[in-house]
Amino acid sequence: MIDVARKERNYVDADYSVWSWFLTTDHKRVAILYLISITVFFMLGGAAAVLFRLELMTPQPDFVIPETYNKLFTLHGILMVFFYLIPSIPAVLGNFLLPLMIGAKDVAFPKLNLASWYVYMVGGVLTVAAIVFGGVDTGWTFYTPYSSTYGNSAVLLAGLGVFVVGFSSILTGINFLATIHTMRAPGLTWFRLPLFVWAHYATSLIIILGTPVVSITVLLVAVERLFGVGIFDPTLGGDPLLFQHLFWFYSHPAVYIMILPSMGVISEIIACFARKKVFGYHFIAFSSLAIALLGFLVWGHHMYVSGQSMYAGFVFSFLTMLVGVPSAIKVFNWTATLYKGQVSWTTPMMYALGFIGLFTIGGLTGLFLATLGIDVHVHDTYFVVAHFHYIMVGGASMGYLGGLHFWWPKMTGKMYPETWGRFSAIVVFVGFNLTFFPQFLLGYMGMPRRYHMYPEEFQVLNVMSTAGASIMGVGYLLPLGYLLWSLWYGKNATSNPWDARGLEWTIESPPTPHNFHEKPVVTTEVYDYDPEQPLPPPSERVVSPAESETETVQ
Amino acid sequence: MSATVEHADSSAGFLAHHFDDRAQQRQAAVIGMWAFLATEVLFFGGLFAGYSVYRFLYPEAWVEGSKHLDHVLGTINTAVLLTSSFTVVLAVRAVKRGEKDHLVRYLLTTIALASLFVVVKTYEYWVKFSHGTVPGAGFELHDLYDPSVSLNQVELFYGFYFVMTGLHAFHMVVGIVIFAVYTRLAQLGRYDENYHTPIEMIGLYWHLVDLIWVFLFPLLYLIDR
Repeated sequence: MIDVARKERNYVDADYSVWSWFLTTDHKRVAILYLISITVFFMLGGAAAVLFRLELMTPQPDFVIPETYNKLFTLHGILMVFFYLIPSIPAVLGNFLLPLMIGAKDVAFPKLNLASWYVYMVGGVLTVAAIVFGGVDTGWTFYTPYSSTYGNSAVLLAGLGVFVVGFSSILTGINFLATIHTMRAPGLTWFRLPLFVWAHYATSLIIILGTPVVSITVLLVAVERLFGVGIFDPTLGGDPLLFQHLFWFYSHPAVYIMILPSMGVISEIIACFARKKVFGYHFIAFSSLAIALLGFLVWGHHMYVSGQSMYAGFVFSFLTMLVGVPSAIKVFNWTATLYKGQVSWTTPMMYALGFIGLFTIGGLTGLFLATLGIDVHVHDTYFVVAHFHYIMVGGASMGYLGGLHFWWPKMTGKMYPETWGRFSAIVVFVGFNLTFFPQFLLGYMGMPRRYHMYPEEFQVLNVMSTAGASIMGVGYLLPLGYLLWSLWYGKNATSNPWDARGLEWTIESPPTPHNFHEKPVVTTEVYDYDPEQPLPPPSERVVSPAESETETVQ
Repeated sequence: MSATVEHADSSAGFLAHHFDDRAQQRQAAVIGMWAFLATEVLFFGGLFAGYSVYRFLYPEAWVEGSKHLDHVLGTINTAVLLTSSFTVVLAVRAVKRGEKDHLVRYLLTTIALASLFVVVKTYEYWVKFSHGTVPGAGFELHDLYDPSVSLNQVELFYGFYFVMTGLHAFHMVVGIVIFAVYTRLAQLGRYDENYHTPIEMIGLYWHLVDLIWVFLFPLLYLIDR
């Protein structure tokens, strides 16, 4: 069947014109558009981080002026949260894989899918315009009344950028929800869905229920700046804290928008490279939904010291602790999957194992922060910064990179260089820990976040952190280099180099525009791995030279 | 919102290339539309939450602000909008029975009613602007019913009034544009008893816009009346 299929052009070669990309409704091409633009925003956000980490090497403000420092960390936050972490896995891997995994020809609303990319780009352009017109210094949280009344920077543009990009998430979320509900292949029941799909289902629910709230909140800040409609203005009797409530009602669940898809990726990778069925499939599936639900009930833990009622604090503290339960279920189940599995140390697996370790540290420190007494001590310190970077970079980002390597052969038809891949995973892991572990110590000792200077006794740990950041930067540049390299010089991957289960591996790499030649019918259970059957050796993951020659002729 | 490539066989109705059959296509549209309506509810939900907080904090200012709104025009608009929802239902019924002329007529009636609503709303805005009863520098309100009320707090009320009704009116305008496009397509015979999902979907949207107004009207116009 594969030989017949080879005669049909794949989705990349189907049409070479520029407009065939910019007007494409093929979910795979939209994913590639997202991949490129997300990489650009990630690098911009990373560059900002490099600059302010350089500033923090010394206690005195000697590299940039304080105002610039504020703009740099704001830029880093806005770009990384709204333009990288939130869309990365859903819009790139999700767009590419969701229809393949459920045996569909495309997502339910292909035009809407393309529209979401354009909306994303408009939001991005507005945000970049905010940088050009002087930058924003409010922090990515846009807290009122500074953002609405007192700040003089380009808050309006950046706020509009965030407002607009929210709609791109919403369109993706609606699309995924309708796709998963209506377009599954015959025989693909809910409990045969890969956990990647379950994770995206839960994520879509959060996007649909959360994003509109932050949209309206940021819009209110914008109308306050534009027309003086002072809904958060204390001089009128408005309550700036209302902003925080509305903002965190979305922005806490947004953390789960970032981490849940990554957890889905990890489930796929672990099962494949342990050659085992995922342990406790139903528990992992439902824990995603539990996280989505609980995520909406914990926003008040961002506001323990903002004058919120003590009793509200109790409740939010308790509910926040509860999030630990489904999170731990996932970690334990992945670990149990590894137990007695045939673990192989491929690049995706190394990222996945890194995820489990770092996410566990991030999650546990989250419990520290959920505790009222400890939070009062470390609130707004580097402890918080380190905690959420363990979740977002150590968790979400590692999952994204792991997934990108895992499905790279499927997306591009090329194999990445395995040695370089493993090396990059190690460099990112080491650099990451060197960057952020010292920040736990700094925070515990009382160094507040968002300051451009600090007492001299904190310098050693800050230098370690900056050194780690540069190592991590190299770790991120490596995949950029060798993945691009592999597009031209990589060996052609087979259609299923990992001998993995799942419908996406039953079609050729890269897939044809319509994905499946005939409607797949699912008759087997999910993660039907045979522990006796080891991972194919590297030589069998690529097409042999003789075969690939006939292929290039086409 | 659902199509990329039209199948040649037009008698079977419109089927996008990536769906197996029209039932699946319709189901996807229905789920997608309801999910979108959920986002709309939460979008306005943020405003309703803020409104509730401040109404609880400043009940007198809310009464004062509300009394300065023209409840007669508000009532007329409510009637107009509810009637337009009715004509949408008639349009959906017409298309399901394959009555093209009726479909076009009801869609046009809906557009007319919706436009009337927007005109009345614009007039109300114009009155408020000409009296200076607009949030921002120089907020004015004359002939207070309760002289002890804080003007700043009434300004907050008008902040909510303009943002909520403004966003609602924006949704009306978007709806009118979509109705206009669908009317044209209906005239061209795009919809019939086999394929009428878009008419049903815009109907759902319109009912939600209607429903939001059903909440806005008493919350803004009818406090303490």
